[in-house]
Amino acid sequence: MIALLNRDLRLAMRAGGGFGLGLSFFLIVVVLIPFGVGPETSLLGRIAPGVLWVAALLACLLSLDRMFALDFEDGSLDLLVTSPLPLEGIITVKAIAHWLTTGLPLVAAAPVFALLMSLPANGYFALVLSLLIGTPALSVIGAFGAALTVGIKRGGLLLSLLVLPLYVPTLIFGAEVARRGAESQPYTSPLLLLAGISFAALALLPFASAAVLRVNLR
Amino acid sequence: MELQVDKLCVARGGLAVLKDVSFTVKSGQALVLRGPNGIGKTTLLRTLAGLQPALSGRVSLEAEDMVYAAHVDGIKTTLTVKENLVFWAQIFGTKTIDQAINAFSLSDLIDKPAGMLSAGQKRRLGLARLMVTGRPVWILDEPTVSLDLTAVVMFGDVIQTHLEGGGLAIMATHIDLGLKNAMSLELGGYKAVSALQDDFDEAFL
Amino acid sequence: MASIWEYANPLKFMRTTEAALPFIGWAAALCLVCGLVWGFFFTPDDFRQGSTVKIFYVHVPSAMMAINIWVMMLITSLVWIVRRHHVSALAARAAAPIGAVMTLIALFTGAVWGQPMWGTWWAWDPRLTSFLILFLFYLGYMALWTAIEDDDTAADLTSILCLVGSVFALLSRYAVNFWNQGLHQGASLSLDKKENVADVFWYPALVSIAGFVLLFFALVIVRTNTEIRARRARALLARERLG
Repeated sequence: MIALLNRDLRLAMRAGGGFGLGLSFFLIVVVLIPFGVGPETSLLGRIAPGVLWVAALLACLLSLDRMFALDFEDGSLDLLVTSPLPLEGIITVKAIAHWLTTGLPLVAAAPVFALLMSLPANGYFALVLSLLIGTPALSVIGAFGAALTVGIKRGGLLLSLLVLPLYVPTLIFGAEVARRGAESQPYTSPLLLLAGISFAALALLPFASAAVLRVNLR
Repeated sequence: MELQVDKLCVARGGLAVLKDVSFTVKSGQALVLRGPNGIGKTTLLRTLAGLQPALSGRVSLEAEDMVYAAHVDGIKTTLTVKENLVFWAQIFGTKTIDQAINAFSLSDLIDKPAGMLSAGQKRRLGLARLMVTGRPVWILDEPTVSLDLTAVVMFGDVIQTHLEGGGLAIMATHIDLGLKNAMSLELGGYKAVSALQDDFDEAFL
Repeated sequence: MASIWEYANPLKFMRTTEAALPFIGWAAALCLVCGLVWGFFFTPDDFRQGSTVKIFYVHVPSAMMAINIWVMMLITSLVWIVRRHHVSALAARAAAPIGAVMTLIALFTGAVWGQPMWGTWWAWDPRLTSFLILFLFYLGYMALWTAIEDDDTAADLTSILCLVGSVFALLSRYAVNFWNQGLHQGASLSLDKKENVADVFWYPALVSIAGFVLLFFALVIVRTNTEIRARRARALLARERLG
C-alpha cells in the first residue's frame, strides 16, 4: 500500500501543480476577501478564523474529483480492485495522498495567510492546530463524495453539492477552535469534537466509500 | 489448476444477457469467446474477474487467481515504463519485472515516460502488466486492438509461453493468434431471453 | 397478518394504493381545511405575538414532515439495501421532493413567524439553520438520483448517501446548536411551541398535522406509482434494445 501512496504522490507532482493549485486558490480567496469587505484590520481580524477555514475547505474541494476519476478512466481502478489490496485500504491511502498534497500544504501556509487577514497573534497556533486536525476529515469525507460521483461526466458541481453539507460539522468546530484561540479562550472541547469527527470519519467512512465504488465499477 | 464454470448467468445494467454458460478450462489451455458484438463477452469476462457479481451459477476459482486486461491499459502516462511495471509488481506482490520486459521487447523503452510510447507500444506495456501480476488465469478483452502484425505474433508467443508454464487464458478476440490447444466457445447460444413475466420485481426486468 | 412484504410486488402496490388514494386525498383535504381554518380564524390571538403566531399551524406540521420524510427515506433505503425491493427504492426517490418542499415551507413560515420578534426576515437560529442544512441534503440526494443513468446503480448510491447523510445530519444538528448557543442565551428565540401551549391551540394543530401527514401519503403514492411506471417503461425499452 505504500507503493500506492508513493505512486499517487508521484503522479500528483508530475501532473504539474500538484501542491500549487490548492495553495493558489487559498491565496486568491484570502486576497479577495478584503476587497469584498474593506481593509479595516479589526474587521478582518474578527472574521479571519472563519474565512481561512472556508477558504481551506474550498481549496480541498478542488482536487477531489481527480481522486478516483483518473484511475477509473484508464482502467487502473479495475486492476486495483482485483488486486490483493483491500478496497477500504486503497480508499484510505488515496485520501491520505489527497491530504498530503492538498490539506497539509494548506496547514503549512496558513500562518502566512493569517497574516494577510490580520489574525490576532494568539490565534495562530489554534488555527494551525485546527486545520491540522480537521483537514484529514475533509479528505476522507471528500473521498466518499468522489466515489459517489466517479462515473458521472462533469460531476464536479454535483460533488460539491454532496460534500459541502457533510463538511459543516468539521467547519463549525474547526472555525470555533480558531476563533476561540484568537480571543484567547480555551478551546479544548471543540478541538476534541473536531478530532473525534476526523478519527471517526477515517475509521468508518472508507467502508461506505468502498461499497459505493464497488457499485460504480459494476 | 482447472477453471470450471457452471451455469453462469451474467447481467449488464440489471438485465440478464447470458444464461447457463458452462465450460471447463485446464492448465495450459486457452478459451476464445466468440459471438456478435453486444452479446455479453465483456460482461462475462468482467464477471469472471470479480468486477461484477454474477446473477447465478458457480465459478470454481477465486477472483484472486485471475487478472483482467481490456482496451484501457491501466498505464499512467506520466510514469516511465519501468515505474509503471514496478508499481503493479509491488501491488500484486511479485518480485521481478524483467521477464515481462524481455517477453514484450520493452528493454529499450524502460525509462521512457509511457505517454511517449506509440499506441502499439502502450498495448504491449499494458499486456506486460499481466505478466507482472503473476496470476495464472489471464482474462483478456480484445487484447490485440491497435497491435500490428509483428506485435500480434509476439503477443501470441507470450500467451503460448504462459500456457506452457501452466497458466490459463480466456479471451474475447476476433483474431486467430495461432495458439495450440485453444478451444472456442460460441456465446450466441447462451443468450438470455427474458420472458415477459407479470409478477413481483420481474415487472421491471 | 399477511406480510407487508407482499406490497413489494409493484403491481400489488400500485393496485392497492391507487384504490386507497381517493380516500386519502379527500381525508387530507378535509383535515387541512378544517385544521387551518380552525387554527387561523377560530382561536384567540396570542397576547405577546399577535396573530402571526398562527403561522405555526403551517410551520409545525411542515417541520415535522420535513424530518419524518427524511426518516422514511432512511428506512426505505435500508429496505432496498437489505431486501432489494424496487418499490422501496422508488418510494424514497418519490418522497424526496415532497420532503424538500416541506423543508422550504418550514423555513419560509419560520422566517415569517420570527420576523416580528427578531425584526429581520432571517436569523441564524439553530433550528432554522438545521433545516437549511437538511434542505441541502435533500437537494444533494435528488441531484444524485437524476445524475445516474442506471436505475439500480442510482438506487444503491442514493441509499448509501441517505445513510451517511443521516449520520452527518444528526451531527450537524448538534454542531449547529453548539455553534449558536453562545449568542442567544436567555432570549426566547426558540420556535418550539410544544410546551406551554394551551389545549385551545393544540387541537387545531393536531388536525393540521394529520392533514399534512395524509397529504404526504397521497402525494408519495402518486409519485411512487409514477416512478414505478417510468421504471417499467425504461425496462421494456432496454429489453427491446437487447432484441
